[in-house]
Amino acid sequence: MISVIRDALIIAGKDIVSELKSKQTVGMMVIFSILVIMIFSFAFDPVDRIIRNVIPGLIWVITIFSGILGLNRSFVSEFENSCLSGLRLAPVDPVSIYLGKAAANFIFVSIVQLFSVPLLFILFDYKLKGSFIWLLAIIFVGTFGFIIIGTFLAGLAANAKNSEMLLPLLLLPLLSPLVIAAVQATRVVIENESFGEAISWIRLMAGYDLLFTAVCILLFEYILEDT
Amino acid sequence: MRLCSKYIDKALFYVLVIFFPIILYLVFVWSPIEKVMGPAQKIFYFHVGCAWVAFLAFFIVGIYSVWSLIRPNINSFITAGVSAEIGVLFTSIALVTGMIWGKTSWNTWWSWEPRLVTTGILWFIYVAYLFIRKMDGPWQKISKLSSVFGIVGCLNVPIVFMATRWWNTKLHPIVFGEGKNETGGGLDPEMLLTLVFSLLTITLLYVFLMRKGVEIERMRMVVKNCKNEIMNKLTIRED
Repeated sequence: MISVIRDALIIAGKDIVSELKSKQTVGMMVIFSILVIMIFSFAFDPVDRIIRNVIPGLIWVITIFSGILGLNRSFVSEFENSCLSGLRLAPVDPVSIYLGKAAANFIFVSIVQLFSVPLLFILFDYKLKGSFIWLLAIIFVGTFGFIIIGTFLAGLAANAKNSEMLLPLLLLPLLSPLVIAAVQATRVVIENESFGEAISWIRLMAGYDLLFTAVCILLFEYILEDT
Repeated sequence: MRLCSKYIDKALFYVLVIFFPIILYLVFVWSPIEKVMGPAQKIFYFHVGCAWVAFLAFFIVGIYSVWSLIRPNINSFITAGVSAEIGVLFTSIALVTGMIWGKTSWNTWWSWEPRLVTTGILWFIYVAYLFIRKMDGPWQKISKLSSVFGIVGCLNVPIVFMATRWWNTKLHPIVFGEGKNETGGGLDPEMLLTLVFSLLTITLLYVFLMRKGVEIERMRMVVKNCKNEIMNKLTIRED
């Protein structure tokens, strides 16, 4: 068990180091998320009050859309020079590869959120009414679920030639309960000072996270078996 | 064994040929017309049947997905695929009939109601599943990948239902009551009988389509293998 986590950390470290060298994926994800905010403000008049109702959803739209860009790269980039075969030949459990990739993706998406969410609040002149800690908790739980299922399906889609197109098709229907819960919880927390109603949504997200973490860990070795 | 399955197919076919006129008679002539919605309510019998088969077919996909991961063989691979294809068909019919019925009784084509949203998401999961099966590669690999997605998708459906249910009750109270035709389980006995009979007929239709589909897929496999063999022989001769 400990060796699985240690190997996972090494693989995550490898991804982060290679990202630090190129800075391409995270850079593009940040730019893309800002562009999504821009496009949304063109779509809905930013001066209008209506936009305030869309902000909780917008947080998750930018997370998911920019996240999918990064998820696409996480396995496809390993095909260069057959790196994925190398990873599979290495004496590590397939679960470590999955957890390592997921950890690296989680960090990348969190970095993107670190830029895009405050920017969203600044651009729309929106003030947080609820508690900051709870907002962080909701973003953490929601992003965790997104990355868990996203990394898993990215591994699955990487087997196809048109994986960039396949991944959103596979991912978005499965994400729908998480998105509903995350948006509702975010709305409660940023609009009200009380967060009582958000707790049942957080529970739903936590249940989703736990269930799919277990299922994905169990099933990941089948995905990686003969690529 | 072969002969036996041929007889089952024939028997199913004739049963369906007899049942379909009966069901049409029961639905359009025999069963009473609903007070509020009028004749439009007749679509209910087909709608419920198709929705039930849509979920049943997905359940079958899930079971065969688990089974083909435990013991990979071509039969469970084919069965899961055919079930998914028929599932898409019935989900589409359920969605379309539901929309037509919704337009007449709720005066809107679509409402963000848990059952509708779940069926819609189910349709997308089915289509994604079929996209995975269209990948290139040997069937063993496709079988594994599609099974994995089938299992994850199957687990997701009840969660979608719960999430949309909570989501909607937060926004507005349940307007339409339990039971799709607002009677809340208080169906007229004649309506109930018609409904049960239509469920039975549509389920039999599903079984029949499944058997035919599996047969056709197997033939396709045989033809594909023959083609490969011929190609191999030809290339060897050319060398």
